[in-house]
Parts: sequence; C-alpha cells; structure tokens
Amino acid sequence: MKTTEVLVIGGGPAGLSAALEAASRGSQVTLVDSDLQLGGQLIKQTHKFFGSEDERAGTRGYKIGELLFKELEGLKDCIDVHVNTTVLGYYKEDGVVSLSRGEEDYFRIKPERIVMSTGAMERLIPFPKNDLPGVYGAGAVQTLMNVYGVTPGKRVLMIGAGNIGLIVSYQLMQAGVDVAAVVEFMPKIGGYWVHAAKIRRLGVPILLRHTIVEALGEDVVSGAVIQAVGDKGLEGDPVRIDCDIICLAVGLTPTAELLWQAGCDMQFVPELCGYVPRRDAHMRTSQSHIWVAGDAAGIEEASSAMVEGRLAGLGAARSLGHVKDSDYDAGLASYWQRLSHLRAGEVGEKIRSGLEKCSCDAWEV
Amino acid sequence: MTDKERLFNSGILVESRPGAEEPPLSLWETKKNGLVVIECPQRIPCNPCASSCPTGAIIPFDDINDTPRIDYEKCIGCAKCVAICPGLACFVIDLTAGGEGKAVIKLPHEMLPRPEKGEEVSCLNRQGEAVAAGTVVAVTEPLKDRTVVVHVEVPRALMRDIRAVKVVKK
Repeated sequence: MKTTEVLVIGGGPAGLSAALEAASRGSQVTLVDSDLQLGGQLIKQTHKFFGSEDERAGTRGYKIGELLFKELEGLKDCIDVHVNTTVLGYYKEDGVVSLSRGEEDYFRIKPERIVMSTGAMERLIPFPKNDLPGVYGAGAVQTLMNVYGVTPGKRVLMIGAGNIGLIVSYQLMQAGVDVAAVVEFMPKIGGYWVHAAKIRRLGVPILLRHTIVEALGEDVVSGAVIQAVGDKGLEGDPVRIDCDIICLAVGLTPTAELLWQAGCDMQFVPELCGYVPRRDAHMRTSQSHIWVAGDAAGIEEASSAMVEGRLAGLGAARSLGHVKDSDYDAGLASYWQRLSHLRAGEVGEKIRSGLEKCSCDAWEV
Repeated sequence: MTDKERLFNSGILVESRPGAEEPPLSLWETKKNGLVVIECPQRIPCNPCASSCPTGAIIPFDDINDTPRIDYEKCIGCAKCVAICPGLACFVIDLTAGGEGKAVIKLPHEMLPRPEKGEEVSCLNRQGEAVAAGTVVAVTEPLKDRTVVVHVEVPRALMRDIRAVKVVKK
C-alpha cells in the first residue's frame, strides 16, 4: 500500500497552499483532487482578487492559480499529484484512505497526516420546474464559460446577489450574454458593494426583496416568474422575465463527509454555512492527525482559504518533526495576522462570529 | 426601506460618504491630468489602490479594511489605481482637458469590444442609462492585464454621473 507523510485531499486554493507549505517545510506530500486539473474554483476566477499584496491583490484569480502551479513545479519532487482521483472513504480503524482514479483504478493510501481541503457544494432552492434544463448552479456556468469557453445561453436571470452571483453576472456580460436581472431575497446585496456597482453601471437591475416563484418552459427554460417579498410573504404582482438560463447563486455549504467519517467533532455553525469541524488555532481537528482548511472549514473567500491552507500545511509538517519551534511560531503568527486582517471588516463580521463558535485555543490532551 | 437606501443597498452611489468623496472643486479646476474620484464606500479587506499609488495621494491604510482617503494635493491623475482596483471603483476626472464645457474621465473597462481612440462611445451613468455620447481620446492598458483605462471626453455637466462607456455597434 502506498504511504505518505501528508495526504492533502482537494487541490483548490486551500489544498494547493497546504501541499506547498508542507512540502516546502520538508514533508513528503501526496495531493489528490477529483477534478481533471488542480486549482479548484481558482481556475475559473477571471476577476481581480481583493486583499493585500500578501494575497496578491489586484491579480486575477486564475493568474494566482498559475503562480501556485509554478510553485508546485518547483516542489514536484516532494509532492505526488493525483488528479481525476476521488477519495471514496476513510477507515478510522487503521487510518487508511481509499481512492478511485477515474472509474476503474481503485487504490489505497495510508497517510501519517491528512489535510482535508474538500471545499464546498452549491446549495439549490426549491421552486416549480427547477429541474428544467437551463437551470444552472453558478459553478457550472463558470466552468462552462471560463474553463471550456462555452456560453450557457443568451439571456440569464441570476438568483442571488452574494459575491458569486455578482461576479458571475459580470463574467456572463464579458462573455456577451445578457443578464436580465439579479434577484435578491434580502434587503441588501450580500456581496461586495463594488461588485454590485460594476454590473449596475452596465445596466443590470438588482432587485432586492424579490424571489423566483417558478421557472417557465416545457422542455427547456423559456423564462421565469419573479415576485416581490414583504414581511408577510409574497406581495405585489408576479412578473415574467424572458430568459433561457436561470442561474442559482444562493450559497454554498462545506463538503464535510470525510470529516464526519473520520470522527472529527462537528458543529453546525450557520455563519459558516453548515456543519464544520471544531478546530484549534493550528487548523487541527479533534482527530490529532487531521487538519482542515478552506471552505470545508467554513464558507469564506479564496484569499483566506489560501492562508488557512498554509497554516494547516505548516501544522502538519511540524507534527512530523520537520519544523523548528521558533520557525513554527513565526509562521503561525504571520499567517494569523493575515487572516485577522482579511476578516476585520464588516463583511468579515459573520465569519468572526461563526469561528468563535467552533474554535478552541488547543485540544486538551 | 427608502428609495435612497434601496438604491445604495443594490450598488448605486446616491450621495457622498466616507470612501466615496469628491475632490475640492478649486483644486480640481486647475489640476492638470485630473484628480482621482473613488467610489468605495464599504469596508472590505482590500488595499491595492493605496499600495500602488506612486505619490502617496491615496493615504496608506492603517487597517486593510479602511476605505480610501485622499490627499488631493499629491494626486497626479496617473490612473494607476484605476487600472489595478479589483472593484473597478477608481476614476480620474480631468477638468483641464477636453474642449469647452467638457471634461475627460479616465475609467476602467473590461468588456469587448475595446473602445478605440477617436471613436464615439455611449456614456452610461451608475444605473447603466445612456446619458451622453463621448469621444475616446486614449485607451491604455497600464498593467498589461486586460483591464484598459479609457480616456473619454464627456460633457462636463455629466462628470458626476458618467461612470462607464459602451461601444456602440455600427
């Protein structure tokens, strides 16, 4: 059976960063990802990232991905990469992880340490005919456009004005697709105000306190019905919107199955959008050989996912005896400083209160 | 929710606020190359405008979540911030350029087709309404990263409204 010092599950921004950090500190790393290429959502992000120079602010997301791939190239002797490889299960009894490459090739790995950076899944909302072809999740729309260069349709109704809904609307317009409107249930956009301003000035209405009532069409989407929402439910007249795509950007939830399987202490934290593992300041879970990073630890931004990945990789490397205490303390302090800056603003308030509910300083031995 | 709140909560600037203020008019009138106008009223973790500013006109942030504050005396209208801002929230407005009753706005643009020098474009306000025709006087790509800065001559009376341009299909 294959063995490895650190197994990183999921090669998005968090997992890539974890693998790079652990390897650069002298660990032998195996990085697996279920997709055909590494990078997770990063490779679809054509907008410039926020943050500071440390997070490469002002650089487009996919370019940040390319920088990470370059770093990976430099460490390729220490990181064994497996793409198109899905982790099927974790066996607590003996610590073995079972995997499948493609659909045929089944194998097992026994890691000494694991970083779970499995990311998130999209949520969907129920409405009549939401199973019609033409109803998409925002992730699928981004994959079609920004990975494969295919536009999903001609005219889109976007549901949800969080950062994903706003950014994907902008990307759709860049691809030459009309955005009929962005519909938002809350009285305020959830994403960054500047992302909303960007699409507003190009003529896209953002309808606050509105919701989708149903999709229209026989075989495929031909429109949607939306309606205003008041304190007592739907109000006003339903409005028909002509569109051939309904794009749902109504939130994400952490992908936590493996963390459950591994017996990590889990907690439901609404601010982090679902069940997340309790963790200490080193991103270590209640299972002492398992770390967590990125959206699997709570839905946040790619910028913070990358820093969390660094923390987890650093922690895993130290537990293997690869990092001197003084180096560790310096790394820990600098990564936490970056995280606290990223989370300091009004948008980070939700994250901060969510983290308070599932963090501990150190696990009791 | 008032109409004003509804507009602001959906991404339309309705009045000046911290992070979205105007330069003092007296200096603005005479400053060659123009002065920066930033519309970034929300505290978010982002500072490339300040860290890329070559003169310190965008005052360095104490906290990365600060909204931008500007020392207009130091602004040289170079539009570096226009090119780098991830939120496309920086503009430079030059009241010394352009013809009688005109002003030149340098604004970020990431849509195709790219406007070309000399071309007449449609000028859009914050809600995307076409409010005037403008003439493109220059198109630059300062960071070579596909965000172009379009210098467009617009009616001066609309300098507070126009925040985007659109190439008109012929």
